[in-house]
Amino acid sequence: MLIEEMMRTDIIKLKADDSIENALKLLNDYHIRHIPIVDDDNKVVGIVSDRDVRDASPSIFDRQSGANALKNDIQSIMSSPVITVHPLDFVEEVAAIFYDNEIACVPVTRENKLIGMITEKDLLYTLIQLTGTHEQGSQIEIKVIDRPGILPEVTQIFGKRKMNINSVLIYPYKPDKKFKILVFRIQTMNPKPTITDLQSAGYEVLWPNLPGMSL
Amino acid sequence: MTCKSGFVYSPDVVNYKFQEEHPFNQTRVVMTKDLLDKAGTLSNEQIITPRYATDEEIQLVHSRKYVDTVKKAGEGKLTEEECLEFGIGTEDTPIFTNMHEASSLLVGSTLAAIDAVLDGDYDHALNLGGGLHHGFERKASGFCIYNDGAVGIRYIREQYGYRVLYVDTDAHHGDGVQWAFYDDPGVCTFSIHETGRYLFPGTGNVNERGLKEGYGYSFNLPIDAFTEDESFLELYESAFTEIVNYFQPDVIVTQNGADAHFLDPLTHLCGTMNIFEKIPLLAHQLAHEKCEGKWIALGGGGYDIWRVVPRAWAQIWKIMLGEQPFKGKLPEDWRNHWQPKSPVTLPSTWHDVANSYKAIPRKQEITEKNAKVLESCMQLIYNQKNMPSQKSGH
Repeated sequence: MLIEEMMRTDIIKLKADDSIENALKLLNDYHIRHIPIVDDDNKVVGIVSDRDVRDASPSIFDRQSGANALKNDIQSIMSSPVITVHPLDFVEEVAAIFYDNEIACVPVTRENKLIGMITEKDLLYTLIQLTGTHEQGSQIEIKVIDRPGILPEVTQIFGKRKMNINSVLIYPYKPDKKFKILVFRIQTMNPKPTITDLQSAGYEVLWPNLPGMSL
Repeated sequence: MTCKSGFVYSPDVVNYKFQEEHPFNQTRVVMTKDLLDKAGTLSNEQIITPRYATDEEIQLVHSRKYVDTVKKAGEGKLTEEECLEFGIGTEDTPIFTNMHEASSLLVGSTLAAIDAVLDGDYDHALNLGGGLHHGFERKASGFCIYNDGAVGIRYIREQYGYRVLYVDTDAHHGDGVQWAFYDDPGVCTFSIHETGRYLFPGTGNVNERGLKEGYGYSFNLPIDAFTEDESFLELYESAFTEIVNYFQPDVIVTQNGADAHFLDPLTHLCGTMNIFEKIPLLAHQLAHEKCEGKWIALGGGGYDIWRVVPRAWAQIWKIMLGEQPFKGKLPEDWRNHWQPKSPVTLPSTWHDVANSYKAIPRKQEITEKNAKVLESCMQLIYNQKNMPSQKSGH
């Protein structure tokens, strides 16, 4: 899936000379955790997180004397330079960026202009879509030899039964690298006939996959 | 205590039939009625003859376009391609002749049960042909075309304005009914089911709690595969009692799928007959304690129609009469009549014999995990109970 299909385009943003107080208000009003900072050309020059703002805010024990701290410009606390992504990047790439840099949000830019935002939450939502668990279905897990052509061999068994597939995932089989586990979510309440077909074709169906269970 | 109860029944219930080999088979309703007849607990005066639901009634939940599609499909006027958008013509819900009529009889039967209790002088009523909880506004799924339970509940809301508690003990999540009333605070849905990790439909997580005004009126207990009687009942009884006290319903509608049994071919729960007498016993008791007896029970799933469903469903009726559950031997003439038709040996007693399935190796872990599910499901109620000062402070 492409970033442009999952990004948010209703962006809450600030200029570098806006006050920290302003940022605090936006974070609270919109229940967001990151605000991109842009210049007059809508180019991303920084980003602030709710933690940056909280660090700059006076302690709850010190509200009166510290109130002036919030009058400072946002540029005094923003992170810069900012990691950005392109609308044609893939969901996997953004996942890797979040993981490697230990961050939870990136602005999306095209021709150096801010056009969207992607957060950890958007990523998880997309992941739920990819697993197909948001649609009605039954899950089947099959252990197969890791070789070219195995997937179409298995899926034609579903096709013969006119069984619609909601999603396919492929996991490594940890104990033995020669195998992979195929996870299908199929649109049926009665996976039994399909499982029987798979078994008679010689596939090992791990289902339900509870270690130590042999019922 | 003796209760006046109605048994909704028409021999035409079997017209809701997909294909010969399809797991959903309404012969189980006929078998249950026959079992009750032969056990001497069902008389003609107790039978309520159902009606067909009108299009307007079905459209309380389903879209007009969907109803039209079901009609046309049943008259052979649509190709499978044209129906697929509506979930019809799939392996689960194939097209069959007069499917609209057959489905609207099931809805009409549930409405008849509701009227008997809310408008008539019945304490309780039972429609074993209903409980088709996977039907959606414009989509058939999971063997269900029209969602009689959802239509019935909306009918109760419109005709009587009562607060309805829906309790679903089918091994599959009662998704269709849950989503139909997800934002309605006048309807509380409670479903206990095998976790959707593998099993259809996949939903029914603890965190599905309702939306907007309906938040806090949807309860789910997704229990682990291989859950046995003890743990099932601990969760069911504790949650049901808490929810009744919390929601204060005017009427209880139960969906009594009988597929949580260890013999059921489609699920992986390990219940025995024991749960199928405890489930209606508590529903009956709570209906009397909190709803002046108003209780409507529906059927649902149940795919071992020979060994499991008739026994399980007959107990609902027995308990509905205010009597003790059946014990001992099944009527001999019932077994003699059905045994020749059955591919498996029919049971001879009302209860399952001890140790009828292999011991579950991870019982302790499963029990512990289920207890955690219960705790997290009930958290919402506990929070309200234990923090009245904070609640009023808002």
